Formats: sequence, C-alpha cells, structure tokens
Amino acid sequence: MSERRPRIAVVVFPGSNDDRDAAWALGALGAEPVLVWHGEERLPDGVGAVVLPGGFSYGDYLRCGAIARFSPVMGAVAAFAAEGGPVLGICNGFQILCEAGLLPGALRPNESLSFVCRDVAVRVEQAGTPFTSRCRCGQTLVIPVKHGEGCWFATAGLLRELERDNRIVLRYAGDNPNGSVAGVAGVLNDRGNVMGLMPHPEHAVDPLLGSGDGAALLASLVDSARDRMPAAV
Amino acid sequence: MRATVLVRPKEGILDPQGQAVEDSLRHLGFSVGTARVGRVVDVEFDAPDAKAALAEVERMCEQLLANPLIESYEIEITGR
Repeated sequence: MSERRPRIAVVVFPGSNDDRDAAWALGALGAEPVLVWHGEERLPDGVGAVVLPGGFSYGDYLRCGAIARFSPVMGAVAAFAAEGGPVLGICNGFQILCEAGLLPGALRPNESLSFVCRDVAVRVEQAGTPFTSRCRCGQTLVIPVKHGEGCWFATAGLLRELERDNRIVLRYAGDNPNGSVAGVAGVLNDRGNVMGLMPHPEHAVDPLLGSGDGAALLASLVDSARDRMPAAV
Repeated sequence: MRATVLVRPKEGILDPQGQAVEDSLRHLGFSVGTARVGRVVDVEFDAPDAKAALAEVERMCEQLLANPLIESYEIEITGR
C-alpha cells in the first residue's frame, strides 16, 4: 500500500515568493500541499502541518514580518500551533513567527548589510524534532540562504535558556552568513512544535539543483504531518 | 492629535547601518564617535486629550511600531 499523502498548508502572504517552491517540494516528498491565502480565517480541513514560506510579505515594511503577523490567517496558525500542530517558518516565515511571538528572538539586518544569496553549511544540533527526525545529530546539511535580514538576535539570558532546553536546532557550520548570535540558523518554540530557519530547504530537494539536503528537513515535516492523520479504516 | 515616535535599536544591539553611517561620516572628515540609525513615525489619530493620546501611542508602539526585544522608543505628542 502506498503511503497516504498528508495535507500541508502553505500560507501565501502578499509578497510571498517561495510559496510555490515550498508546495512543489512538499508534493515531491509525498505531501498534498494546499496554498492558503493570508486573508483566510481558517485552515483547510485535515491539515497536518503549516508552512510559512519565504518572501517579502508586505514589502518588509517597518520590520520584516511585523505586518504579516496580523494577517487574518495568523490567528488560525497560532491556534493550530497551540494544539501541538507542527509549524515551519522559512526565512520570511521565520521572521513572521518571531514577530508573532510564536518563536523566540528577532531577526535584524545582516551584519554585512549585504543581501546574501548562496549555499551554506548548517549543522543539525537536535534530531528529535518534528522537523529533523530524518537527520542525525551533528550532520551537516548544505542548503541555500537568500536574505538581507537574517541576523537572529537573542539576549545572552535568552540564548542560555534556549541552549539549556535544546531549542537551537540548526547552526551555521563554519561561515556565518549574517552574523546571527552564536551562529544560530534555526530555533524551536518551547513546546517543540514550531520551528523557524533562515536557510531554504525547499530550494534544496533535488541534487540536480546543487543539493538535496533540504529534503531531510521537509520529509521530516511530511512524516510529522502524516502522524497526525486519522488512522485509516 | 499628532505624535512623533522615535524608534531606536536598543543599546548593545548590533547596528550595522549605524556603523556604515559612522564610517561614511569619518570619511567626510567629521570627527564622529558613534552613530546609530533608528526610525521616525509620525502619526495622526483621534484622542480626547494628551494623556489619552500618550496611552494610545504607547499601545501602538507595543503592538506594532517597535519590537521590544531589540528596540526602544520615545513618544512626543506634537499637536492637536
């Protein structure tokens, strides 16, 4: 029997531009992606995971993600997360989740002030999450970044708390492209079901395009979404 | 009512824009210690009096205009 395809919502904000890539990648990895306009107040029935994609929602006005967090759909995303549903924010999605208070820290302009667009190596620090279950702890993944404001910031106290609670999921291995605190590339919420990261796994699911390493993260998410499907009768 | 909100990167927060401005000013021959770059927001809104106006703008700052983790803000009520 072929495995069932779990539904994963990909939210489309005005200014999102990686929504279709994310949907394509999730489809290629065995999910049934559903694009959801940001003005919706509900998520489609039977959704097992939510992805907030990359892009420039609301033109990055004021601060990246600051306006998108008030989109009608964000109430439904917060409620889904509160029920334990897995939510992944990629790049602009990460910025939105931080602004919404669903993830710790904030994203600031890159230390270099330059937009960075290239492959980076990230090290998996936590493998027991809904987003990294197909990875090994210490494994290095090559995934592209493309952002101007990816410099994740946390106070020293907050960073200590996150490290103590195993909530730093990914760190840049070697070269840090944006100057983020402690080389952090991806973090988890306190419950472990919401994650944000600056690299773009949806652009690294086919070795033909440079790297297939992003598939390990997205396939983990597809597994998590499948686990939430009602048992087949 | 009118108010001006000054939003600044908090002390200790890396401000690469400020550093770039600082360097440029030095290149121009100015004897500059540090420069920091923030943001100004001018708002017009309804409020019965200055006290209520201040409270209203504070709510705007908390909810949207500033991110309390990385930014501080100052409010000036500039006119009716």
